[in-house]
Amino acid sequence: MNFKHKFVFLFPGLFVLIGILIFPIIFTIRLSLSGWNSYTPEMNFIGITNYIRLFTDDPRFWESFFRLSFLSVTTVILQYIIGFALAMMVWREIKFKRFFRVIFLVPMMTTPVIMTVIWRTFFHESLGPVNDLLGGLGVKPILWLSDPVIAKFTVIIVEVWQWTPFMFLLLLAGLLSLPKEPFLAAAIDGASPFRKFVYVTFPLMAPISIGAIIIRLIEASKIMDTVFVLTSGGPGTATETSSFYIYIKGLREFQMGYAATLSFTYLVIMIISLTIIAKVLTKLMIKE
Amino acid sequence: MKTIKTCVTALISALLVFSPVAYADKWSDQFPHIKATGDIPGDCSYESMSKKNYKGKTLKINTHAVPVMGEPTALHAEQFAKLTGAKVDVTHTPAGDLYAKAMVPFQAGQAPYDIVFGFSNFINDWRRYLEPVPKKYVEMKQMKDVTPSHIGVASWDGVMYQFPVDGDRHYLKYRKDVIDNPEYQKQYKEATGKELKVPTTWKEYGEMAAYFNGWDWDGDGEKEYGSAEVMKKDDLMYAAFYSRSAAYSKNPKTPGGFFFDLETMKPLINNPGFVEALTDWVAATKYVPPGGINFGLGDEIGSFGGGQTLFSFSWDDAFVAAMQPDSPINNKVGAAQLPGATKVWNRKTNSWDEGFNQAPFFVWGWAVGVAKKSKEKEMAFDYLCFFANEANHQADIGIGRFGVNPFRNDDFKVDVWTQIGWDKDIAQSYVDTLAQMEQSKNRVFPLRVPGTFEFNAALATAAAKALAGQLSPQAALDEAAKQWEDILNRVGKDNVRKAYAVGVAMEDNKQ
Repeated sequence: MNFKHKFVFLFPGLFVLIGILIFPIIFTIRLSLSGWNSYTPEMNFIGITNYIRLFTDDPRFWESFFRLSFLSVTTVILQYIIGFALAMMVWREIKFKRFFRVIFLVPMMTTPVIMTVIWRTFFHESLGPVNDLLGGLGVKPILWLSDPVIAKFTVIIVEVWQWTPFMFLLLLAGLLSLPKEPFLAAAIDGASPFRKFVYVTFPLMAPISIGAIIIRLIEASKIMDTVFVLTSGGPGTATETSSFYIYIKGLREFQMGYAATLSFTYLVIMIISLTIIAKVLTKLMIKE
Repeated sequence: MKTIKTCVTALISALLVFSPVAYADKWSDQFPHIKATGDIPGDCSYESMSKKNYKGKTLKINTHAVPVMGEPTALHAEQFAKLTGAKVDVTHTPAGDLYAKAMVPFQAGQAPYDIVFGFSNFINDWRRYLEPVPKKYVEMKQMKDVTPSHIGVASWDGVMYQFPVDGDRHYLKYRKDVIDNPEYQKQYKEATGKELKVPTTWKEYGEMAAYFNGWDWDGDGEKEYGSAEVMKKDDLMYAAFYSRSAAYSKNPKTPGGFFFDLETMKPLINNPGFVEALTDWVAATKYVPPGGINFGLGDEIGSFGGGQTLFSFSWDDAFVAAMQPDSPINNKVGAAQLPGATKVWNRKTNSWDEGFNQAPFFVWGWAVGVAKKSKEKEMAFDYLCFFANEANHQADIGIGRFGVNPFRNDDFKVDVWTQIGWDKDIAQSYVDTLAQMEQSKNRVFPLRVPGTFEFNAALATAAAKALAGQLSPQAALDEAAKQWEDILNRVGKDNVRKAYAVGVAMEDNKQ
């Protein structure tokens, strides 16, 4: 077969790739160089004006970015710890193992927006059952959604509840695929369960853990629905994340050009920071 | 002969007298929504619409989610379809997305919807994409009854772009059973040395709300609170802030702008009047129900309408909801104009003018228009005309969750409200409040300029930061004013000035 003919077979896939991946990014970059908004509905060219505005006159975006970093790192760490513990639990031969495996996956299978509405009802400070329950125990009502600090932890609770099962699923799959020999060797050497975990299970699970953490970090860094439904970024701007802020600029205030600038900048930052995080995790967790 | 004449006269009289009732029976049997009035004859009545034939045509509508405006839109769409044979597709969209959902196709030159619902302050951004309301409809009897304020809200430079279906303003709602209770009046006097009465200033409002906060004053076994207010950022809270600011900042001696100085286009929102209002509002976070700082409009309606608070101020919905027969506080509420202030900021002299000042806020309401690119304009306008016909309107305004509020002169008659079960004195206080607002010469109208969303969002974010304790009121409003300057520079001062002048003319009673 002529070598050139091979490329003909690549074209359909290439077109799809260009259509769904490359074109939207190029379009976003072009849009970010325009002043498209409600009163100038056109793809004009304003150079890097939007970028100058972002880097010199938009502290709210950077605040939302650092807030997002805190929320996503905290939630993913908690999800990893809890997910690992749950996976370890049902990895063992315990009663009702299958039942627990299914139960632990339920939160992930629910619709995030619907579940967040339910959580918001739980945490409603005057009408919700959580404060009612605490009141019964003599605890004063907690401002779950209206205290700037506590509201962040409320978002974390909901996110951890919703997405720990995903971490659990990946880690359980990893545990089930581990070779048996190292564990047998450790048992023959009389290693305690703790030493077995530290010196056998955890190192063997490191590559899978890094993958799971990175996947969850990518997802967690896009956190939007939980914030939108639970707090709308409030009180004040206390729980506003980057994606929520970009949504406000783009679809609430209709600053399409500027929202594209924010989106593209955010994309670049995320690619760089996730690459660094992956490298650091590999260095820390995988011993040569 | 005389007997025959008498009989014929009696027969004709009987026909004249009973014919409307016959129509009413005919249509209200089929459409129980209008059972209280039956069909009311008019150009867009049930009878008139039944003569139209839109079979084979489809009308596409984008409206708000259910309830509020989404519910009456869907109901009247169903009725319209039955009467005319048209197919009506109704799409429900959350309030925050109504603007973008219409604006994206508008800007792309498409018309996926024939009719778009939104808020009246969208008018400046939307009008270039909307078909002006045809003369035929503007001159109809039902339109002639719309108050001049609401004709102004629906129009731009004398051209009507939005079909009036709702009339909105903010006013005070209070628990009449508490404020008029002699025992509480005595108790309040002993505790504070002041009279317990309908508050006429925001300071009085705050004092009373603080006193009646956090204890069971209606004996239902639950704690009640001082006030329910829309404090949630991005959920119309800027409108609540403007309501609180009007008394301190709308000075009848200084015409020429409430939000900006029309001459210089300098933002006024960080002047001492607005700062005083925001300081009051920050104090209000202490007397709202737990979590009240996150209350959106729905929460406010539910809270006051459910009997949880002494006061509330916003649109009519909470009041009408409270007055519905199934409400726990039915006929226990009163309406009054927004509180005022004992001083008002004078931006010309840079000092406070002492003396009572009050300014009603004609906050934007639901608005609806027909897309210029729609292929079914006639059917679309017929639908809107039918939506707002006399029979539908009278039924709609009595249902709190519909979000349809008075905007016609006839709505300010006590009988309209007593017919649906309101006590006469409450109905009187309600219509008096609305009428006084219409007659006021010191009104504030919503900001309707290019970039309205950006201005309001900047203000809301700043105010929300102050409410959450992230910034002081002065620092928050300085931040908002700086952002308003930036927006002005982006949009162009002259563009904004030109549009703002239209609203200022209304505020200064020149239109």
